[in-house]
Amino acid sequence: MHPFVYEQPTDISAAVAIASRFTTNDDQPTRANAQFIAGGTNLADYMKLGVAEPNRLLDLNRLADPGLRQIRVTDNGIRFGALVRMGEAADHAEVKRRYPVIADSLRLAASGQIRNMASLAGNILQRTRCEYFRETSWHCNKRVPGSGCAAMEGFNRQHAVLGASDACIATYHGDFAQALIALDAVVHAEGSRGSRKLPFAKLHRQPGDTPYIETDLAADEIVSAIEVPAIPWARRSLYLKIRDRESYAFALASAAIALDLDGDNVREARIALGGVATVPWRARAAEEALQSKKLDEASAGVAADAAFAEAQPRQHNAFKIELGKRTLVRALLEARDMEV
Amino acid sequence: MAGSVSAAATAPLLASHARAEAPSAAQPKLRQPAVTSLRINRQAYELSLDTRTSLLDALRDHVGLTGTKKGCDHGQCGACTVLVDGKRVLSCLSFAVMNDGKDITTVEGLASSDGKLHPMQQAFIDHDAFQCGYCTPGQILSAIGCVNEGHAESEDDIREYMSGNICRCAAYPNIVAAVLQARDQMKGA
Repeated sequence: MHPFVYEQPTDISAAVAIASRFTTNDDQPTRANAQFIAGGTNLADYMKLGVAEPNRLLDLNRLADPGLRQIRVTDNGIRFGALVRMGEAADHAEVKRRYPVIADSLRLAASGQIRNMASLAGNILQRTRCEYFRETSWHCNKRVPGSGCAAMEGFNRQHAVLGASDACIATYHGDFAQALIALDAVVHAEGSRGSRKLPFAKLHRQPGDTPYIETDLAADEIVSAIEVPAIPWARRSLYLKIRDRESYAFALASAAIALDLDGDNVREARIALGGVATVPWRARAAEEALQSKKLDEASAGVAADAAFAEAQPRQHNAFKIELGKRTLVRALLEARDMEV
Repeated sequence: MAGSVSAAATAPLLASHARAEAPSAAQPKLRQPAVTSLRINRQAYELSLDTRTSLLDALRDHVGLTGTKKGCDHGQCGACTVLVDGKRVLSCLSFAVMNDGKDITTVEGLASSDGKLHPMQQAFIDHDAFQCGYCTPGQILSAIGCVNEGHAESEDDIREYMSGNICRCAAYPNIVAAVLQARDQMKGA
């Protein structure tokens, strides 16, 4: 492993100051000279593999602000501190009651040990698990810009059918992010240019011809909190995850659903898809297809077709289109039938 | 080249550095060992470690506690599971320096001083919940975490919350039985 200097800043401004000193605003966080670490379950793995090689590791676990470790439930919604661990949020009684989709997405992610370690902010910023990205002997435009993509003609069964480009077809592998994008969450970030709030939908960037630029964050910006607005009807929500084995595996296809129903008719539907796209994927076309419709198998099927209308399969991942559609239909019908 | 090793190593330390108050804490340099205090199985250790040392390697290679096993070394198998401040984590994905001041429990620390096994250890023996035994320390620590987290209410629950521990001998049914037995004893304890 590449050697690194280790530091433990005790407040965010100090952490930002160190990061600013050792990185430039042009550095993407994933390639920065100084990088932040919290749970470490993603970064430590990539440092061992030689995929990430920061010279300086800034451990955020000693940051003193108690708000970073709190889940606060108010009339305005839920605020998750950045350092809250996945397991803690998944088991939080009010999160489970008000936003089942959030609790489900966390509970179905990773393993018990990893959920105890991984922070919520780190989870949303995790890097792809694309095998060609992980193994440094392969060409990868996300790891080494301009080097090519071995997945295009390779074994691309896990890869994305939505949001891909000629440069990258790596899937975004997280689960929590799908719940957040469906619920119009907001991310709070602090950096050398001040504090800002950005809609979750603006956080991740589609690969385009710069797949190594994964998020809108600068290298010295720290996510401090994630806010989910109050959505009373979100009690009718769920996360359905389909994978090769029952537990501890990434999604082949998943769906985050929240429904506002009037009887069986849809007032509002929130739909996000995982396992099939390069970024957390809000399926707005599917939402519009359901607007004011009676939710049944037929209308859910129409919505699913709309969600995958732009899908572009590769040699081994074409099955994800049909699997993704069926996952979405099942999730919609299960959400409709929830007792809330 | 931006971010070269030498540039980082010679760069001045910020005044706000967290450890600045400690008189002995000089500015951190590349390849300079970091002094790390760990409390492992109720005993204090002070270790001088390369920052790259995982908690797993610190336990095995520096402290000599080889009960914690290195399986995949990438967080996929669970063989390296230990308790940190009472919570189960993967010691392979944690840098030892990040655990400074923490309380670590490994499989060597489970039995009481008179040699009486922890209920989970005894349950694994009672139910023949291991064959080759390599994954067993991680399974036992994870199972204790699973019970303490309240996620051992049913067999399905146990399977889900123990899924981070792989057993290539496939002793899973016996492991589930062992966790059920120990759960009730741990509750009664």
